[in-house]
Amino acid sequence: MNIDKKIVDDLVANDVSFVTTVPCKQLAGVIEEVENRDEIFHIPSNKEDEGMGLCAGAFMGGKRPAIIMQNTAIGVTINTLATLTQFYRMPLPMIISYRGELREPVACQVEMAVHTKALLAQLNIPTYHFHWQKDVEEFDNILKYTFMCNKPVAILTDANFWGGYGDQ
Amino acid sequence: MIRSEILKEIAPILNPHLVVCNIGLPSQELHMIDDNERNFYMLGTMGLSSSIGFGLALAQDKPVISIDGDGSVLTNLGTLPTIANNATGNYTLLIIDNGSYGSTGDQPTYAGMKTSLTAVAKACGCENVIEVQDKDLGPVLQSAIDSDEMTIIVCKCDSGNIKLPVITLDPVVIRHRFMEAVKA
Ligand SMILES: [Mg+2]
Repeated sequence: MNIDKKIVDDLVANDVSFVTTVPCKQLAGVIEEVENRDEIFHIPSNKEDEGMGLCAGAFMGGKRPAIIMQNTAIGVTINTLATLTQFYRMPLPMIISYRGELREPVACQVEMAVHTKALLAQLNIPTYHFHWQKDVEEFDNILKYTFMCNKPVAILTDANFWGGYGDQ
Repeated sequence: MIRSEILKEIAPILNPHLVVCNIGLPSQELHMIDDNERNFYMLGTMGLSSSIGFGLALAQDKPVISIDGDGSVLTNLGTLPTIANNATGNYTLLIIDNGSYGSTGDQPTYAGMKTSLTAVAKACGCENVIEVQDKDLGPVLQSAIDSDEMTIIVCKCDSGNIKLPVITLDPVVIRHRFMEAVKA
């Protein structure tokens, strides 16, 4: 199974047509797939809160948005999630590279990883953790759930899910 | 002129269009001057008026005006390259540049010192950047909205605030009626 293709197929099947991304090594393949799809308008952001603003506007313009980012960004987007996405009740699937989990080679990434689920829980953001490749089978249902309830929803995808980092 | 005087003057120009308005006093002033369903008032999230309006402009064809402030643009400078590199003709960014953080007590911003937001926007790749003095804004804004090219307007004006109440509309109501106006 090609995970990148599966994720973007599910986005398209759920009518997600506006995707903003902040890059991550783990997400490079899915970002490339987003860029290559005619059904999706891809707009890279310079910062994740900016991206959430773009997504809020796109949603009000009638498009279904999504954001692709790293978990470190939870640290910089709490205000935006609380006072924009949640306060105005807008849907936002957040496909998150969960750095600092098992098979992580960079120690500093762990420092935000240990806070990630606690912060998401504090914000009452529904959170799913993809650790095994088969976990991606839930993605379609997660997208349907997100647009049913008009909430931000986090999908944490760790290094094991992406098949590790190779030789590092 | 101070911001509330400017908003009063341009309200008839803004009225038919979708407007995303900056947090704090700008939204409160616009709400008092000409509340209507085509206005999206930001109640939180300083800095994102430009990004929200730009996302809206990309997602549909109607003209969109983001009203931002110098302080808020400085908070989210990173969005100017995004806007420049994905330019869409139905978008106008109006930066009301009074050189101060008005909503928090008129502390000076760097835009009132050495930093030129006009030069910053141009350096970020925005192609139509117009710096205008407060009293001359009306016609410049009207032609920016009418034009097929994206325009960034930096409107230089005086700092100063009027006393007015906070917006008590529920955010979901603001968002819902705005989305109905987008569809209309
Ligand atoms: Mg100001």
